[in-house]
Amino acid sequence: MNVQLTKSLSFDVSAVRSQFEILAREVYGKPLVYLDSAASAQKPWAVLGAMTTFAETEYANVHRGVHYLSAKATRRYEDARETVRHFLNAAHADEIIFTKGGTEAINLVANSYLAPRIQPGDQIVLTTMEHHSNIVPWHFLRERQGAVLRWVDIGDDGALDADAVDAAIGPKTRLVAVAHMSNVLGTVAPLAEIVRRAHAKNVPVLADGGQGAVHRPVDVQDLDVDFYAFTGHKLYGPTGIGALYGKHAHLKSMRPFNGGGEMIAEVTRDKITYAEPPARFEAGTPPIIEAVGLATALDWLSSLDREAIADHERALLDHATSELEKLNWARIIGTAPGKGSILSFETTGMHAHDVATILDREGVAVRAGHHCAQPLMERFGVASTTRASFALYNTHAEVEALIGALHKAGKVLS
Amino acid sequence: MDDALRELYQEVILDHSRHPRHFGALADATHRGEGYNPLCGDRVTVYLHLDDTNRIKDISFEGRGCAISQASASLMTDLVKGRTIDEAEQLMGGFLHLVKGESSDALENVDREKLEVMAGVSAFPMRVKCATLAWHTMKSALEGGKSAKTE
Repeated sequence: MNVQLTKSLSFDVSAVRSQFEILAREVYGKPLVYLDSAASAQKPWAVLGAMTTFAETEYANVHRGVHYLSAKATRRYEDARETVRHFLNAAHADEIIFTKGGTEAINLVANSYLAPRIQPGDQIVLTTMEHHSNIVPWHFLRERQGAVLRWVDIGDDGALDADAVDAAIGPKTRLVAVAHMSNVLGTVAPLAEIVRRAHAKNVPVLADGGQGAVHRPVDVQDLDVDFYAFTGHKLYGPTGIGALYGKHAHLKSMRPFNGGGEMIAEVTRDKITYAEPPARFEAGTPPIIEAVGLATALDWLSSLDREAIADHERALLDHATSELEKLNWARIIGTAPGKGSILSFETTGMHAHDVATILDREGVAVRAGHHCAQPLMERFGVASTTRASFALYNTHAEVEALIGALHKAGKVLS
Repeated sequence: MDDALRELYQEVILDHSRHPRHFGALADATHRGEGYNPLCGDRVTVYLHLDDTNRIKDISFEGRGCAISQASASLMTDLVKGRTIDEAEQLMGGFLHLVKGESSDALENVDREKLEVMAGVSAFPMRVKCATLAWHTMKSALEGGKSAKTE
């Protein structure tokens, strides 16, 4: 405990908070307590400022003009790609494709990588803790091409067992698609082990890093994962940008998903040839300002002590968990060992939306609903849950505010 | 607690949501509608028994949802029972105006008084859909029933 305390002191939460203008505001006359970062994180002024400065001083379209600004902007855009490469420890920058978000990244894999490889009856292995972004693209392949979805269930505590994933992988499996970290349960998948087992059967693995990339340093080479998708806005960066990491050999074998400018080698009246990856998958003008914002967010995050951040978030989670356990009308869903700082709970006799409405009036922003994870809701027999998610800028005082507001909700509704 | 919240979760609403009227399936239903709110995953089923003169002889609902949606469904069943389809639809029109905070003269005074408890929803735009779910479901039950009858 003392060790943990010393460690978290190396992370100065109030200094970090002061970089987020929005966290100082009030809602309904109460201080904002923002516990919805798993849906979207707030952005530090470094990110917002970098985007504004870039737009004010260096902006133009990329990869096109020969003029000064176009060269500048192209440089910044490609530097951003290098920043993402470094953030994921990918081997090459051309293994990083900018997308409009994590969802588009997964859809790109579904359309360009998997669709041409799917025969009727071929299987895609996924888990019951997936977000819809890592479910619906595979359902498309089921509807259109007769793919079969094989669901791996998680345990009652929300833990995902690599053995269970392994057992679901058969001769017809063409891909394993798994969340690095669950957006509802906080469960962290044993990703390296899943990849190892899948590769032993020559099956590639896609990881949905929407949450995982935020809370854990990611090393795609160490994980040996084939595809890794994440989004910028949950990583303290802007909306409208995300990235797909793909192993070069896979990307090279893939046909484009979108057609348009910048993704071709040559276009004639009769035929086209495609550019090499990553340009092949970035048709049209990309989110240039957002790429600069994302790179700034990743640099900003990397400049902090990420281990200390993880300790801080874990301490917040532990604090909230122990307080919530005292409420006999709240049931925590997702208690897997080593889980990330997401706390979902069901409230007996009270609907999540009513709870969230009352919390909101206390200034406490939480998510209520099915969290775009309906198969998971079904798994736990609930229609919806209330979810508090803790980010690096949250404080123990905010955990207390959450608990205080929950007591109020309990009084009003029960 | 602030006034808007007190208005939203007043005792009548909580009473309806804890002890909903006309809850459960209707054995001799002539019409049935399924409602779903994709935002929260709530579901409601509305059952209607229409007599030969298109009057709602009986109505019930089942499903699960928030206090607002349950109370609204319960109030609705109380109010539309015994009315004709046209009367029920007019009531619905007035109710939709009420929960959106729009002025309207679609409601009779006696109905307005009974539905006034739901007016607090208008201060919570994110919750209007909760309040209207059962009503839209009733309407689709009536419409679905009509087309089913013509077969």
